[in-house]
Amino acid sequence: MGIFDSRSVKLAGALVAGLWWSTAHAQSDITIALQLEPPHLDPTSAAAQAIDSVLYTNVFEGLTRFMGDGSIVPGLAESWEISDDGKTYTFKLREGVSFHDGAPMSAEDVKFSLDRARAEDSANAQKALFDGIAEVTVLDPLTVQVTLANPNGSLLFNLAWGDAVIVSEASIADIKTNPVGTGAYKFAEWVQGDRIELTRNDAYWGDAPALESATFKFISDPTAAFAAVMAEDVDVFDNFPAPENLPQFEADPRFQVLVGSNEGETILSTNNKQPPFDDIRVRQAIAHAIDRQAIIDGAMFGYGTPIGSHFAPHHPAYVDLTGNSAFDPEKSKALLAEAGMADGFETTLHLPPPSYARRGGEIVAAQLAEVGITAEIINVEWAQWLESVFKGKNFGLTIVSHTEPMDIGIYARPDYYFQYDNPEFQTLMETLNTTTDPAERDALLKQAQQIIAEDYVNGFLFQWAKLSVAKAGVQGLWADAPTAAIDLTSISWSE
Amino acid sequence: MLRYTLKRLISLVLSLAVASLVIFAVIEIAPGDPALFMLGVNAQPDTLAALRTELGLDASKPDRYLAWVGGMLQGDFGTSYTYRTPVAGMIADRLWVSLPLTIYALVISILLAFPAGIYAASRRGKMGDAAMMGTTQLGVAIPNFWFAMMLVLVFAVNLRWFNAGGFPGWDKGVWTGLHALTLPAIALALPQASILARVMRSALLDVLGEDFMRTARAKGLSRGQALWRHGLRNALIPVLTIIGLQVSFLLAGAIIIEQVFYLPGLGRLIFQSINSRDLIVVESVVMLLVFVVITVNFLVDLAYALVDPRLRTRT
Repeated sequence: MGIFDSRSVKLAGALVAGLWWSTAHAQSDITIALQLEPPHLDPTSAAAQAIDSVLYTNVFEGLTRFMGDGSIVPGLAESWEISDDGKTYTFKLREGVSFHDGAPMSAEDVKFSLDRARAEDSANAQKALFDGIAEVTVLDPLTVQVTLANPNGSLLFNLAWGDAVIVSEASIADIKTNPVGTGAYKFAEWVQGDRIELTRNDAYWGDAPALESATFKFISDPTAAFAAVMAEDVDVFDNFPAPENLPQFEADPRFQVLVGSNEGETILSTNNKQPPFDDIRVRQAIAHAIDRQAIIDGAMFGYGTPIGSHFAPHHPAYVDLTGNSAFDPEKSKALLAEAGMADGFETTLHLPPPSYARRGGEIVAAQLAEVGITAEIINVEWAQWLESVFKGKNFGLTIVSHTEPMDIGIYARPDYYFQYDNPEFQTLMETLNTTTDPAERDALLKQAQQIIAEDYVNGFLFQWAKLSVAKAGVQGLWADAPTAAIDLTSISWSE
Repeated sequence: MLRYTLKRLISLVLSLAVASLVIFAVIEIAPGDPALFMLGVNAQPDTLAALRTELGLDASKPDRYLAWVGGMLQGDFGTSYTYRTPVAGMIADRLWVSLPLTIYALVISILLAFPAGIYAASRRGKMGDAAMMGTTQLGVAIPNFWFAMMLVLVFAVNLRWFNAGGFPGWDKGVWTGLHALTLPAIALALPQASILARVMRSALLDVLGEDFMRTARAKGLSRGQALWRHGLRNALIPVLTIIGLQVSFLLAGAIIIEQVFYLPGLGRLIFQSINSRDLIVVESVVMLLVFVVITVNFLVDLAYALVDPRLRTRT
């Protein structure tokens, strides 16, 4: 008899093997795929969401920041004080924050960043975020004061956007190809057309994140996206482009599917100035002709939440107004007859490339045909859509997902492409902008949703679902998308 | 010969000038504003104007055309609107993927097509010939993106011998680079090989009917020996012409294959640039391809003249 019986030898063997397994597989890098490649790496001078997906909170940080649940928390500003009149915000910055080039981050950098964003020659795609700022003053190296012309209840929210991150003057010239921020990850390499690599910033002011490095790959073709995930070439696919493949991933134990909310109100945008859409009865007729669930099932394979106004259902101030425009073809025909359009009419339906628009558009056109409206489908690229639909306002109907967070304010802009001009709504938005009390703001937002729903400004279809696929071992991914971001600091491997 | 060369050269320069004008006009007419594409739906008019000035888009079209052509004459292809890096550098980077992929696909294509074509010609009218021609017919008919997807499903998703796509870069080693290009090269090569094999077969059959082949057989060579020693060399001329055409097709025509395998090549650069209305990149890449094709044609013209003296005097 030996000292070890065979059972304990086996046990020890299993332990050793287990130990080897866990050390060999304690993965510290991750490969994340996106559909679109960032055009460049400056989040403060382009609208492309891919820039934020790669860089927001990873490389660049703002005074405040979004969390995965949509809440706004302190970022580079540790705390702030708001004056009683709501016009002066005094931000206390965190100590010991430095840029990736080693330079300390100070109040001067904050002033530089905000002044640059709101300057006359600014190339900021969301310049309106900074509209109310009258002056930015440096009080001491760690204190900065932002003075507003009028109180603005959204300032802390606005400063959390990727377009409001803090950049340094020293590195601004090369920011588009070599971004230098304060975040937990440093920019390492960009092989254009293929990938961007980030590595952990060991001098980071906050908690050290679990991952040492991350690679972002760009795969635009939906079939290629499916193959890349199935072949396990990528660990995560953010905003997976083919919802029809998701059941297959759900059934496969190697993968997890994340279905979350995002800020994309998908609407049948209507040219309110173009006859016959200038008649509210016609717009209402369109609203009742549409069966939202059929569009969600057909175009999005069931992923998406019906909406009855231009507002995200996960927001506390949301009101369910879908009943206001319930599917009722008979009522729709009656309304058309009342408007003198008993025989229907012809119009155009411009569809940009994403599948929600192209597939959804076919279904919408078929539903409109049921009540006598002939919508000629015109497929366009994004550049064409921007030029002729958005800028040229040369369209009848179009389908588009408005992905900016809290963007109900676009209905207060009469020159915005759907050309809704209602002074009552515009006054309401002005009141909202200067209201800082959260309860009052919520009440105003509810009223705003009501007004545009009852005016049937656009066909309100559904809130787009954010769909992502990841390997089963990936933890901490944001399921929801309050803003375009892939927050690497929260991600780790479970093994 | 000097006069002939001079004439060809003038025609080359004229072709390039006309091509540059056509390319510029066609691409500038396409609807879409690069600045609006960059800044999106919330951009304010003053921001758009500032960006247009920064990109030089507010200059008049003739001025921009002259600036573009003038720059190219000095080897400066301009700066990309979206990436904000020199276009010449971007093209060079992409060529490091597209050129090796083209050569790789061409080598595979030749290695498949030559034996197949020779075999089919030597078995003319028999089962082997029919089978080979049927196979190449299929190779021409199958859409290469579908074939590419099948390759990915079998060799990347199921067998896991290859990655489903992407290109790690040559700095990770020649073998790693070639490995990553293997599936796309096969997908590109199959239809080309099918075409080439059919051309090879018919060229050989043409040659087989020539007098010198009969002479070769008469002096005692076997059918195979005659084919190998005398037929092949003479059949190569049409085959080489086809190969020349395939090079320029493969260099720029791999757009779909580059999408399926998400390779950072020239085709994908054109695709992305058209979408984002990065006009200067599209114009420069297309101009470069035109330059390559026209220059190759010029060299071929000269080569013909060297081979065939009648051409020199006739013009």
